[in-house]
Amino acid sequence: MKPRTKFLIGAGLVLATAGYLMASSIQATGMYYVTPTELAQRVAADPSLRGVGLKLGARVVKGSIKRSAGGREYAFVVTDGARDVPVVYRGIAPDTFTDEVDVVVEGRLGQDGTFHATTLLAKCASRYENAPEKYRETPGYRSAATKGA
Amino acid sequence: MIVVGELSLWIALLLAVWSATVSFAGGRGRRHDLIESGERATYGAFAFTALASAGLWYALFTRDFSLSYVASQISANMPNVYIFTSFWSGQAGSMLFWCVILAMFAAIAVWTNRERNRDLMPWTTGTLATVLAFFLATTAFKANPFERLDWLPVDGRGMNPQLQNPGMAVHPPNLYLGYVATTVPFAFAIGALLARRIDTDWLAAVRRWSLVSWLFLTIGITLGMWWAYVELGWGGYWAWDPVENSSFLPWLTGTAFLHSIMIQEKRGMLRKWNIILVVATFLLSILGTFITRSGIIESVHSFAQSPVGPWFAWFLAVVTAITAWLVLTRLKDLEAKAALESMVSREAAFLYNNLLLVGIAFSVLWGTFFPILSEAVRGTKITVGPPFFNTVNIPLGLLLLGLTGVGPLIAWRKASLSNLRRQFLGPVLTGLAVAGVLLALGMRNGYALTSYLLAAFVAATIVQEFAKGVGARRSLHGERLVPAFVHLVARNRRRYGGYIVHAGIVMLFAAFAGMGFKRETDTSLSAGQSLTTKDPWGAEWRFVSQGVSTNRSLNREITAVALETWRNGEYMGLIKSEKRQYFDSQRRPTFDPSTEVGIRTDARQDVYVVLAGVRDDAAEIRVAFNPLVVWVWVGSAIMAIGGLIVMWPQAERRRQAGYAAELQPAPEFAGVA
Repeated sequence: MKPRTKFLIGAGLVLATAGYLMASSIQATGMYYVTPTELAQRVAADPSLRGVGLKLGARVVKGSIKRSAGGREYAFVVTDGARDVPVVYRGIAPDTFTDEVDVVVEGRLGQDGTFHATTLLAKCASRYENAPEKYRETPGYRSAATKGA
Repeated sequence: MIVVGELSLWIALLLAVWSATVSFAGGRGRRHDLIESGERATYGAFAFTALASAGLWYALFTRDFSLSYVASQISANMPNVYIFTSFWSGQAGSMLFWCVILAMFAAIAVWTNRERNRDLMPWTTGTLATVLAFFLATTAFKANPFERLDWLPVDGRGMNPQLQNPGMAVHPPNLYLGYVATTVPFAFAIGALLARRIDTDWLAAVRRWSLVSWLFLTIGITLGMWWAYVELGWGGYWAWDPVENSSFLPWLTGTAFLHSIMIQEKRGMLRKWNIILVVATFLLSILGTFITRSGIIESVHSFAQSPVGPWFAWFLAVVTAITAWLVLTRLKDLEAKAALESMVSREAAFLYNNLLLVGIAFSVLWGTFFPILSEAVRGTKITVGPPFFNTVNIPLGLLLLGLTGVGPLIAWRKASLSNLRRQFLGPVLTGLAVAGVLLALGMRNGYALTSYLLAAFVAATIVQEFAKGVGARRSLHGERLVPAFVHLVARNRRRYGGYIVHAGIVMLFAAFAGMGFKRETDTSLSAGQSLTTKDPWGAEWRFVSQGVSTNRSLNREITAVALETWRNGEYMGLIKSEKRQYFDSQRRPTFDPSTEVGIRTDARQDVYVVLAGVRDDAAEIRVAFNPLVVWVWVGSAIMAIGGLIVMWPQAERRRQAGYAAELQPAPEFAGVA
């Protein structure tokens, strides 16, 4: 056999292994990324989705965050405007987790309709940039003399 | 000054367009006046981009809040060092920053080649100027940092406190230098294809540029890891976030290129492949900025949604199409000059090295884009996380680590049995011995054992190579140990610098495997209360809270908890962990509070304390033991030092002997290679 052929066989084996690993781990660990409305639709269509790992992206409802006595368990409600989903999360919440921020929670939907999150990420749209328009009407930010464009 | 800055941006754009036009025209018609005009326009574009940058810095330092960018990035009470870095902390400024680095690199590339590679240069200059024109146009039209507000804020909201960190001050510039430097090899590859001069000239010209890019990417990625580790407080340094992945991708293909370039130099093989790698590295670095800037993929740390996305998408598509066309129309000129002679040879080892690096890059790319792909194909967004990347990349990474030991020692063309025995018997036994000892000590994790086996094997090959080289110098020149070592490295920079990089890689793998043994505990402590827990090495730690304190300074209020720590009853000092709230000059809070992690580092592990919050005077904390983390930073620093050694120009005497001489092993090693 030519060395080139041998190399190609070896390369094929490496690539096949990598491909298999990729496909199987997507099967095993890939997660649906859904909004509350999609979550409701999917669960209605396929009740077995309860108990499957999911990612839920939505906004925290203002005033809904409640912390348990221990301080490390959070219960809150997220919404996409149309549907609300109650979430419980145990662990340390990120600094950016407050009312009305967009969050991504990872976990499972329980039988009671509560989402049990194991990770909680808070996104801040203006995380690294503060668009000045956002605080345009905030008192004190506007100077007396307004320049023309 | 601000008007001058904005005007300069437009002039630079015109000059770049001019340079691109006349360089290509000059190359086509062999018109020296046009070619020279194109080169001068490149210098001019750099000068005016630099002037535009000076204008933006001036606006930032004079705190001219009439500019949207200034008002969105800084507040009047920020320290000057972060005013300086706010130049690249936002979308528009960082675009200008990209432009000024690119213009500088283009000018340097043109200047250093003013008497060399003359056949290629018109095309190369033209390509550089085209890319520069694209970036300047995107900046000027879609992300102009000189854009004014139609109202005047008295103060800006300031910089996100998480970015007010020395790591974040220097991480973006390094990463940008790395990203942007990929443009020069790309321009030479395109130049070589356009000029139909696809021999090894262009390779010699780009080797050092590829190293520059690799070096800055390495430093930039490491600084990013360090920043994430000390600033974000989630306890790790790598989360396979899309933005992290996007900096890793060009690093992988760039590393592959630095290896495969040797095969082309020595054996004339892989000529198509090298062009593809150079172009892929450039495209991936553009893709990286596209991911970061367009908001196309959900990432924890991406810029806000912005209008530059479509421009980048088009640019990527056009460059890919042009390159594919150029390669396909020149296939005949790209035939390999030699064939693979044996599977047991350095060529084969390098081919597998390339296959693995590109395989890893592909899987990372696939995982990063999977949410988009799955949504497009199946209508549902499916995300993959760290489990996916780890499942795929740990085995591939370990194979690659093994090859790191094999590649440099195995003979070219076809290795003999005696070559194999002489080079590998010792290292293989060392690896097995280390794995045996760890097994006996109770380590049962298969991946960790394999990592340490391979790490010991590779480390042994490196030590063996240095021992041989130093020994040869000592007996031939009668030198003492240290001078022999220094001369050895200085005389064979590519080879021994490469080994030093590999030594850094070994440390990184050892450190990554260590993270598998991480332990953490969450608890809540009032003053005087304590936590007792075991670290992964089996030692018992006790943490006693000294209570919570607060203090105010110029632009922030700090809440801190201090813990006295004991290891097996021995006092190990105080660990302080903080939460900070920043204010603007009107003492209004800006941003949400941020975390300053308390870290106690030694060679074995980091004790990592996060203050999550304070409730009823009790500090809610997470205590984590992160094994071997310091070796990530040490290993990366060693890689960077190795890279610098490889890159450093040879002494005058050897430089005159020409590039070919660099490739020959010094006489005392002729038998080794």
